[in-house]
Amino acid sequence: MVTVPISVRSGDTGQKASAAQVPVKIAARNLNFYYGKFHAIKNVNVEIRQNRVTAFIGPSGCGKSTLLRIFNRMYDLYPRQRAEGEVILDGENILASKSSGKLRAKVGMVFQKPTPFPMSIHENIAFGIRLYENLGRSEMDDRVQHALTNAGLWDEVKGKLSQSGLGLSGGQQQRLCIARALAVNPEVLLLDEPCSALDPISTAKIEELLVQLKDLCTIAMVTHNMQQAARASDYTAFMLEGTLIEYSETSALFTTPKDPRTEAYITGRFG
Amino acid sequence: MRSVLARRHVVDVVSKILMGAATAIGVFFLFWIIWTTLHFGISGMHWDLFTKDTPPPGTNAFGLRNAFVGSLILLALSLIIGVPVGLMGGTWLAEYGFHSRTANAVRFINDIMLSAPSIEIGLFAYAIVVAPTGHFSAFAGSVALAVLMIPIIVRTTDEMLSLVAGDMREAAIALGAPTWVVITKVTWKAARAGILTGVLIGLARITGETAPLLFTALNNQFFSADLFHPIANLPVVIFQFALSPYANWQQMAWAAAFITVMFVLVLSLVARWFLGKVQVPK
Repeated sequence: MVTVPISVRSGDTGQKASAAQVPVKIAARNLNFYYGKFHAIKNVNVEIRQNRVTAFIGPSGCGKSTLLRIFNRMYDLYPRQRAEGEVILDGENILASKSSGKLRAKVGMVFQKPTPFPMSIHENIAFGIRLYENLGRSEMDDRVQHALTNAGLWDEVKGKLSQSGLGLSGGQQQRLCIARALAVNPEVLLLDEPCSALDPISTAKIEELLVQLKDLCTIAMVTHNMQQAARASDYTAFMLEGTLIEYSETSALFTTPKDPRTEAYITGRFG
Repeated sequence: MRSVLARRHVVDVVSKILMGAATAIGVFFLFWIIWTTLHFGISGMHWDLFTKDTPPPGTNAFGLRNAFVGSLILLALSLIIGVPVGLMGGTWLAEYGFHSRTANAVRFINDIMLSAPSIEIGLFAYAIVVAPTGHFSAFAGSVALAVLMIPIIVRTTDEMLSLVAGDMREAAIALGAPTWVVITKVTWKAARAGILTGVLIGLARITGETAPLLFTALNNQFFSADLFHPIANLPVVIFQFALSPYANWQQMAWAAAFITVMFVLVLSLVARWFLGKVQVPK
């Protein structure tokens, strides 16, 4: 088996470090977002910590997916959507920069429904790598294997790399999509309800994976499932009607919520 | 209450009978046509049809080789002209135009083109190719056939690409892929079975077209593969031979008709097979 060294980024990766010591990877400042006239994100300020898993929870329509899609400027695709304010990634305001291609190389995304491309498992991974690098065959094979290994899928697919990605189970497809996103070495991985279409066993596998992946990159995840946020994340943000109500370490948010609305939501009184 | 149920029952039975009768009439004529073509076509079959060219009047010879080759050249050239245009047009509608005003106007005009009378398309090709160049040609015929085929390919490409899940496009874009890579490497691939079906349906549509060829490719009694001169082709040969007084010519017209029908049948079956492979998103 070929192992490519995993790059651990600078900064404190110790689990016990308090929030103030972990460097900030993405900072949203006075962020507002509009779908046409609809004001979907209202003046959100949030700092996402490097090499940590940050979960966004809240009832449907609270703006958590919208917020996530600002971080890789997915909204650019749709003419009537616009963002105001700042999103600082590594010191640069991504809302002001021209090239979204470079940003998306740095900020990968995995969607709610698994979206394997209609090509072989190998090609699914190689697709993203080819956008940025021109690799020889054996080098490409190594990169594909490395990405699949990081996504915990290698052992299940190593004998059938040339088969269609569409033939895998839902959970495997989702891990293929994670592998595809990891293959281009992103610094941030955005996951938009990555487990909502999966069975509990596949969900557990992906949650375990997230814990391992935070050594590789910063993870921001939207989830409908509060248990998932509690199990897999380091920080949790609770959103309601486009505003950020509460944001703190996951253990603190779930045990001693400061806002009564957070408490009402996590104890299941609405949402 | 009882009367309502009884009335519904009567309406149900009557409409079933009417629909059954309409289907029976349609199918009856369809089978009659196929049977006649089969009956006369098979009796007109002759080995010389494939090895010799169309004979002059007053002989007892058989031969359609020049018309077979001519038709294949016309169809191939129409594909070369029509597929890129249709594919690009349909792709623009689905991937760039969406439901903008312009795109919907293009769709509307394209739908009119779908049912445009083919004789009119022939006149169009006559005006833009035959008149300026001064003579009938295979090229002019292919232009006319391509114009007939393009709206079909545009429509199916547009529809099949629209079936590709938006999530898949977003996933490719989220990797940083530029739009053209997303289209050529992902969405075309996802829709390929459907797009190919459109091309085959378009090909089947133009295979039997006669009217547009009368003004453009004309016909040629001799073997020719020259794209800039008149060329022999099955539809016009059928038209001329069927109207002739010579028994062997009439027989050849039936044989040519039979072969054309078989060709279209095979194309349709292949198209259906491809269509079965189209993955409809859940």
